[in-house]
Amino acid sequence: MTEKKLADWWTESHASLYAQIGGEAAVDAAVEIFYRKVLADPRINRFFEGVDMEKQAAKQKAFLTMAFGGPHNYTGMDMRRGHAHLVQQGLNDSHFDAVMEHLGATLKELNVPEELIAQAAAIAESTRNDVLGR
Amino acid sequence: MTNLKYGKDTYLLGKDQSVLDCLVEHGAPVPFSCRSGVCQTCLMRAVRGTPPASSQQGLKDSLKLQNYFLACVCRPTEDIEAVLPHDAQNSVPATVKALKPLNGEIMHVALECHEPLEYRPGQFINLFRDPTLGRSYSLASVPQHDEHLHLHVRRLPDGKVSGWIHEELRPGQTVDLRGPSGDCFYVPGRPEQEIVLIGTGSGLAPLYGILRDALNRGHRGPIRLFHGSRSRAGLYLIDELRTLARDHTNFDYVPCVSGEEPSTGLAGGRAHEVAFREVPDFKDKRLFLCGHPAMVSAAKKRAFLAGASMKDIYADPFNVNAAP
Repeated sequence: MTEKKLADWWTESHASLYAQIGGEAAVDAAVEIFYRKVLADPRINRFFEGVDMEKQAAKQKAFLTMAFGGPHNYTGMDMRRGHAHLVQQGLNDSHFDAVMEHLGATLKELNVPEELIAQAAAIAESTRNDVLGR
Repeated sequence: MTNLKYGKDTYLLGKDQSVLDCLVEHGAPVPFSCRSGVCQTCLMRAVRGTPPASSQQGLKDSLKLQNYFLACVCRPTEDIEAVLPHDAQNSVPATVKALKPLNGEIMHVALECHEPLEYRPGQFINLFRDPTLGRSYSLASVPQHDEHLHLHVRRLPDGKVSGWIHEELRPGQTVDLRGPSGDCFYVPGRPEQEIVLIGTGSGLAPLYGILRDALNRGHRGPIRLFHGSRSRAGLYLIDELRTLARDHTNFDYVPCVSGEEPSTGLAGGRAHEVAFREVPDFKDKRLFLCGHPAMVSAAKKRAFLAGASMKDIYADPFNVNAAP
C-alpha cells in the first residue's frame, strides 16, 4: 500500500461509504467527539502534549475523512512520515488499538449502522503498518 | 472567464479549476497539503471578490466574515484577488492622541488613524517603532463608540517597543500601523449563547473590546469575564467593569488574584482556574481566551474537554517572547 496511493484504493473499493455516512457534515460531527475521546484517554494523550489544538483537530478531520473513504490525497508514505516521530516515542499496536476503539465508539454515538462502522474500521485498520512504520 | 489576481500576476482560471491548482500550475509559491479542503494549510484571503461559500466550509465564522477561504476547494464564479493571510495589509500612519497609565505596568494608548481603519474589537494591529521593529497589540476600542483606537500596552522587561511606548512616545507623534489581523472577536448571531471571557494582564484589552461590542450589539445571554493578575495592583479598569456589570444584568465581572490573599470583591486563584471552578460545563458556550500563551493553550484544551465546540473557542495568545 505504500507504493500505490491509498487514495486510489479507497476510491475504488469504498466509493460510497463517505456519502453513506453523510459526507462532510458527518465528519464535522464526528471530529469533536472523536478528538475529545482521544485527548481524554490517558493511554494515548501524551502523544498530543504540546500540540496546537486547531492543527491537530484538522488532522483528526483528515483521518476521519480517510476512514470514511472520503476525498483526500494522503499516501502510505505520508502516514509513515507523519508518525515517524511518534514511533520513536514508543507508538505501538496498543496505541493504534486505542484510537480504533475511539473511532468505533464515536460512530456508535452518532448512530452510524454497524456495517458502515465495520467498513470505516477496515479502512482505518489498513493504515496500521504505515502508521507504525513497519 | 474568471480571473485570479495573486501578487503582481493575473491568471485565467480554467473551467472548474481551483484557485490552488491554478496557482500551483503557474509556479506561484503557496502552501498546501491535503488538497481536499480539510487541513486548512492553503488558507487564503480574498481582498477583492467573494469566495464561494463552499470554499469556506469548516472555517470559523470570524474568518468567513473576513473573506478567508480554502484555495484547494475554491472555484470562484467571479474575479477574485487572493493574498496569503499575512500579506493582506500595507501600513498606515496614525497620530498618538493620548497616553495614560492604567496601572503600574500597563499604558493606555489612543491612536488616530490617518485613514479609516475597519476593524473588529479584539483584533490586533502591529505598531512599528521603526520599519523593522513592530509588535502586535490588541484593540480594546469599539469603532461605533470610541473615536480612536485604544491599546493596552504592558511594559515588558527590555521591551524594545513597549519600553519605547512607555518612556519615549508622546501625544502628537506619528507611528506606523499595520492591520488589523486576528479572528478573536465577537460575531453577531446566537444572542442567547453564554459567553465566557478569560484573560490575564493586558489580555484584558481585546476582552474589553469584545465585551462592549457584544453588549452594544444586543447580546442577551450571560457574559462572564474572569480577569486575573498576580496582585490587586496588576488589575485595571475595575471601576469601568463594575459599572458595566451594574448597568447590564447579563454581565458579570470576576477579578482574580493568584499571588496574594484576595481582598473583598476579588476571587483567589488564576483567572482560568477560577473560571473552570465556576463554569464546569462549557457545552454550547462561546469562549474567548487572551493573555499568556501557556494559560491560553491549557484553557483551550480544558474547555474543549469540558464540552466546548472548537468553533466556539476564540483565542489570542500574547507572544511575549517575540523575536527582537
